[in-house]
Amino acid sequence: MQIKNEICVDFLSRMENVAFARLTVAAFLLAEDPTLEELGDIKTAVSEAVTNAIVHGYRAATGTVRMRARLGAEGDVEIEIVDNGCGIADIAQARKPFFSGDGGERAGMGFLVMESFMDSVEVESAPGEGTMVRMRKRLGAAQTAAARA
Amino acid sequence: MLAYRLRGGDLIVTLSGELDQLSADGARREVDALIAEYRPRRLVLEVGHLEFMDSSGIGMVIGRYKVMRRSGGSVAVRGARGAVEKVFALSGLYEIVERLA
Repeated sequence: MQIKNEICVDFLSRMENVAFARLTVAAFLLAEDPTLEELGDIKTAVSEAVTNAIVHGYRAATGTVRMRARLGAEGDVEIEIVDNGCGIADIAQARKPFFSGDGGERAGMGFLVMESFMDSVEVESAPGEGTMVRMRKRLGAAQTAAARA
Repeated sequence: MLAYRLRGGDLIVTLSGELDQLSADGARREVDALIAEYRPRRLVLEVGHLEFMDSSGIGMVIGRYKVMRRSGGSVAVRGARGAVEKVFALSGLYEIVERLA
């Protein structure tokens, strides 16, 4: 992908930074004039990924979450959420809907939301090695499809 | 942000602003305290003024559904729209929670 713009932000794994992360991505993408639906999808997916990094990656500990967002020349968006937390032993299980790694009130829907709202989601993780979630979505895909129809 | 009113056996709670993991923790404590105080037959969550909700909101609603079920009560959701409705629809929550227009 030919990169048109890119940001990289590090922040502490504090819950109030979930809103910071999704609003930052929204601000980054505004110049591309995304639809409300595209913006909502991306904000929600980022919220899920960052919440997972804080709740599951770092649990009670505090660490750094890195968010990198890239915008390609064709309107393609790539977002990486990286933590150096405990990692995921069984990625396939973690991605299953309604599996939640904690006993609280998490719905276990984080990856389902990311997969439904983005075009693709990749996860790289190993126990003790942290987790990287890479999500992609092409802006303007709906308009392009409508124009073709 | 949360406001409430009582009508018949309904406890009607209006949520506004953004519902994520951080705010869902506060909302669940407040709603549970209201349920314990007023013992409604039905909890109606008005979400038309929510500007954002991720799956933390779904966890919050499922949790309240369990609380209401214990006393034979039910939960309804009213007014979900846009991105909020998209998360509700994806979750399958409307199979256990009534959807009001």
